[in-house]
Amino acid sequence: MTRGGPLSLPRETAAAARLAFPPNWWARAAWLAFAVYFVYAAAQLEFTPARFAAGLEHGAKFVSRLFPPDFHRWALLLKGMVESLQIAVVASALGVALSLPLSLMAARNLMPAWLTWPARLVMIFCRSFHPVIVAILFVKAVGFGALAGILALTVASVGFLGKLMTEAIEEISLKQVEAVRASGAPFMSVVMFAVVPQVFGRFVGFVAYETDANLRNSTMVGIVGAGGIGGTLFAAFQRFDYDFVCAIVLTIIALIMLGEVLTMRIKRIFRV
Amino acid sequence: MSSLPAAAVEASRPDAAATAALSVRGLVKEYVPGRQVLAGITLDFAPRGMTAVIGPSGTGKSTLIRCINRLVEPTAGEIVFEGRDLARLGKRELRAARRHIGMVFQEYNLVERLTVMENVLCGRLGYVSPAKAWLRRFPARDVARAFELLDTVGLGAFAQARADSLSGGQRQRVGIARAVMQQPRLLLADEPTSSLDPKTSVEIMALMQALSETHGFPVIVNIHNVELARRFAGRIVGMTGGRVVYDGPPERLDETILKTIYGGEDWLE
Repeated sequence: MTRGGPLSLPRETAAAARLAFPPNWWARAAWLAFAVYFVYAAAQLEFTPARFAAGLEHGAKFVSRLFPPDFHRWALLLKGMVESLQIAVVASALGVALSLPLSLMAARNLMPAWLTWPARLVMIFCRSFHPVIVAILFVKAVGFGALAGILALTVASVGFLGKLMTEAIEEISLKQVEAVRASGAPFMSVVMFAVVPQVFGRFVGFVAYETDANLRNSTMVGIVGAGGIGGTLFAAFQRFDYDFVCAIVLTIIALIMLGEVLTMRIKRIFRV
Repeated sequence: MSSLPAAAVEASRPDAAATAALSVRGLVKEYVPGRQVLAGITLDFAPRGMTAVIGPSGTGKSTLIRCINRLVEPTAGEIVFEGRDLARLGKRELRAARRHIGMVFQEYNLVERLTVMENVLCGRLGYVSPAKAWLRRFPARDVARAFELLDTVGLGAFAQARADSLSGGQRQRVGIARAVMQQPRLLLADEPTSSLDPKTSVEIMALMQALSETHGFPVIVNIHNVELARRFAGRIVGMTGGRVVYDGPPERLDETILKTIYGGEDWLE
């Protein structure tokens, strides 16, 4: 009761000042600015219902010419697909091999700042450009063909896998690390026994995802001459062979679906 | 089970602490400069028996235990273990010293996705090269001992189970097996029973006591449960505010002393 006096007097003003959910004016201003910009940008780009309706007509014609798909040139199709698959698998494997040590170096909970920053910079650099842009660079540097595609997708894989893996490592429980460290284990053993088991399941998921992405991207890099089915697809587009385009696209979809099934199998094998 | 070289080093030390397995001198720890969590702890631990450290939460019990194997870096003071000051060891020497100090944790700290056997063998990681450990090429002797230890703690049938499939009591048994697997010359236990039910708590304490006697290593255990401390420890250290306020046998631990350690008295009734 000693504090009764001072407490009772300003109660009403205090209640008025104490809102349960004070308005965040900065957030409101940001939302408003975003809405204004959205309308402005859409108007600038003629993103209008009328333009969309006109586009749909073209679309209908195009779709009708896609069917039925034409599998006559299956040998060409198969050759391109096999090359794309090889590019994807080799690039993914190289990407994983490079991003494993890199992500460990970039993990802030295990490594000092002088090591995490350079590692992070490498990843940011690898992630800065779309694989197709990187592929153009490599085509210029090492010439047409699968090598340029492999290098481009490896760079892309390091960028993304590195970031995902780093974040996974930074979320591990340090209790388990502490226990292994307390046994006098050398650093690499701490990594293998306390870090890797905690992140392995997620890594398998990331690698499967990246292989999947590389499969899709390997069909893209061919457009700029870096090997794979992309070149064939682009040529078919240029010649208005839409039924062959359809055959290629269906094959790509089938391959991606097959990859999905394989991923589930692999995860089951590793019990993750 | 203290080995010959260690015994020789001890014999060469002329002072009173020579007979101690571990001797902590003026240990200070500040997480934030100027705020002492440990305000100059000085304690000697005999090469046998169980010492219980009791005290209210936040009084530095865990910090004390973690300073001993330097999971927490001490700010000042000496930690003399088998004639060497652990506080001054370099990385490599510290790892070598840690191999002889087992540790048991409150929340078990098992590597959840590894099997029970792999967790127990973690206790040998200080002796096996990372490459061999990675390939699971542990010496046959170690594997045989691991099976024996698992039988001792009653988990022989669970060797291939994954650690996250076990109950709390089972996990702590694995944690103890892992620590004893190191063939420790000192066992640290940080609140080993706080996450367990009363019956399992007693079993875990009894297990540590039994292993301590058969393998001949001293145990330092942080514990909240005063009754368990009285029942199993031969010596009780009471801490409050980062200082030792009681150090003696459990029989002399009366209500007055408990009041000094924990403050207040309502809780005693």
